[in-house]
Amino acid sequence: MSTLEIRDLHVEVETESGPKEILRGVDLTVNSNETHAIMGPNGSGKSTLAYSIAGHPKYTVTKGQVLLDGEDVLEMAVDERARAGLFLAMQYPVEVPGVSMSNFLRSAATATRGEAPKVRHWVKEVKNAMTDLEIDPSFAERSVNEGFSGGEKKRHEVLQLSLLKPRFAVLDETDSGLDVDALRVVSKGVNDYKASSDVGILLITHYTRILRYIAPDKVHVFVNGRVAESGGPELAEELEENGYERFTGTKEEQPA
Amino acid sequence: MTEPVAQSGGGIVDAPGAPVLDVDPGIRTAGPVTAPWEERFTSYDVEAFEVPRGREEQWRFTPLRRLRGLHDASAHVDGAVDVSVRAGFGEDAGELTGSGVRLETVGRDDPRIGDGGIPADRVAAQAWSAFEQAHVVTVNEARSDDDPLTITVTGPGEGATAYAHLQLRLSHHAEAVVVLDHRGSGTVAANTEFVVSDGAKLVVVEVHDWADDAVYVGAQHLSVGRDATIRHTSVTLGGDLVRLSPVVNYRAPGGDAELDGLYFADGGQHFEQRLLVDHSVPNCRSRVMYKGALQGAEGDKAAHTVWVGDVLIRKAAEGTDTYELNRNLLLTDNARADSVPNLEIETGEILGAGHASATGRFDDEQLFYLMARGIPEVAARRLVVRGFFGEVIQKIRVPALRDRLEAAVETELEAIGS
Repeated sequence: MSTLEIRDLHVEVETESGPKEILRGVDLTVNSNETHAIMGPNGSGKSTLAYSIAGHPKYTVTKGQVLLDGEDVLEMAVDERARAGLFLAMQYPVEVPGVSMSNFLRSAATATRGEAPKVRHWVKEVKNAMTDLEIDPSFAERSVNEGFSGGEKKRHEVLQLSLLKPRFAVLDETDSGLDVDALRVVSKGVNDYKASSDVGILLITHYTRILRYIAPDKVHVFVNGRVAESGGPELAEELEENGYERFTGTKEEQPA
Repeated sequence: MTEPVAQSGGGIVDAPGAPVLDVDPGIRTAGPVTAPWEERFTSYDVEAFEVPRGREEQWRFTPLRRLRGLHDASAHVDGAVDVSVRAGFGEDAGELTGSGVRLETVGRDDPRIGDGGIPADRVAAQAWSAFEQAHVVTVNEARSDDDPLTITVTGPGEGATAYAHLQLRLSHHAEAVVVLDHRGSGTVAANTEFVVSDGAKLVVVEVHDWADDAVYVGAQHLSVGRDATIRHTSVTLGGDLVRLSPVVNYRAPGGDAELDGLYFADGGQHFEQRLLVDHSVPNCRSRVMYKGALQGAEGDKAAHTVWVGDVLIRKAAEGTDTYELNRNLLLTDNARADSVPNLEIETGEILGAGHASATGRFDDEQLFYLMARGIPEVAARRLVVRGFFGEVIQKIRVPALRDRLEAAVETELEAIGS
């Protein structure tokens, strides 16, 4: 069993008017085989948490720790974190012109597995994973994310999840911009990987919609850069009913 | 994210990933009534050209100070280039055998000189007016793709200056794959003629892998006969300043020209490519695909590349099929790529005409994305650059040259310490 432990995490970003603190002491522990939903209004710092765990250079950790089985993740470079077993499914996957998806996937698998996968097995593995996610085989020869629709990008994020087999996955608004069919396919991809592994998942979302497909064990309400309240799945239901008003004091944010 | 940067000049420049602009047959592009090239001046005589001052369209991107007097008659010629021809390429290269290929050294009065084209700028005319001997390589046979020729042009040496003239000539229905390998030091102004006779097929890779001190300003005159084919790939990797001006002249209908290019500029280097494809006769085809990467280290001088692609479809050139593309990849901030495609169409009766140009940045977001999947930084850069140049390199028919170019690109990448 593995544990991803976030302790008193403080993170700031550079702005025109100087550094601005976004995360103000996040405490969170995720174990293998657990799915934690992190829900919060826009601007609460959810994506900052995701990017900080992955090591995006834009974010500066000023205090706190992120530990993967006791090892300090914050000391690792971005690629080292991925090879240690962390995965971030991005809200806005990046286009990389000139690099084919198949070449990219193979390079990533080679890096995370520590050796190049055997060609015959690999081709089959990719083909099956693409079929499961209802991705047309022609995407393998297209440049990474280039010209993909929002839904196609999210499918490919989940494709990478299933091929790179991380110990912990952070899914950053993987549901945003998806129609109901795409949401079903993407959720099934995540659930299939959960079923076949011991992965621990941090599911970051604004809406409760995806939680009908991917059942959380725990729900955390994220407000103003920290966890405001934690509970079981019933907390999501309460948010569905009443929105974030109880936490933010305003009616602006309505999860639906 | 890839975003267009550092674009300038005329023509239509589209963003990467955006649909390519195609000009429908029958639609005349908007533009000046008189295109610049209709008044394009050509002459063998250097005195017929004014000394460029830097404002001229032809010279506006070129740092004239660094031409060492090639443009204003102040250069002092005290050297010569060495030209050799061998069969094969790389370690396998050996002496020429048989009578199918001939290397001659000829004087200015040789009647074949000028078959390729006429100088269109002062430096080319300077070299033409002043060269004493020309090298003519003639191919009289249809050689197999597996049997390339290597023509090596070596500079006059550091501090020395030379005017060079080379003609590569394919007889009727001759075929050859040629590596034209430029290396060494010094200052060179040159004309290179590629004369591809009727039905002949020339595949030539022109490599400019000069030493750091070298300045090379060359005009490439590509003369394409009836139903003849030329595949010209231009590779620029080394030199302080390299400026190449390939011009395609179709002599009769049925000509087919593909011009590919690859350039990789480091800090302080100025690599300039100015192409003109002159569709003057009916039913000819042209394809242009040039790709450049730039990396200037922080604190060093900037890397600068210029690509100007002019395609002219004259009134008589019905049935023309043309497409040109330039892409630049900025690997660091300290780099500038100018890209100027121009397409002028004087007849509606064509098969197709289009162009595209884009300059993008290999940015931190791409790097983060690849590294977030476990790929180390060096491998991530290599992946992106290899993918970018792959289209050009994979088309090269000489495996040993492909290997050399891939290795050269890797060496360039390592130089930045990435």
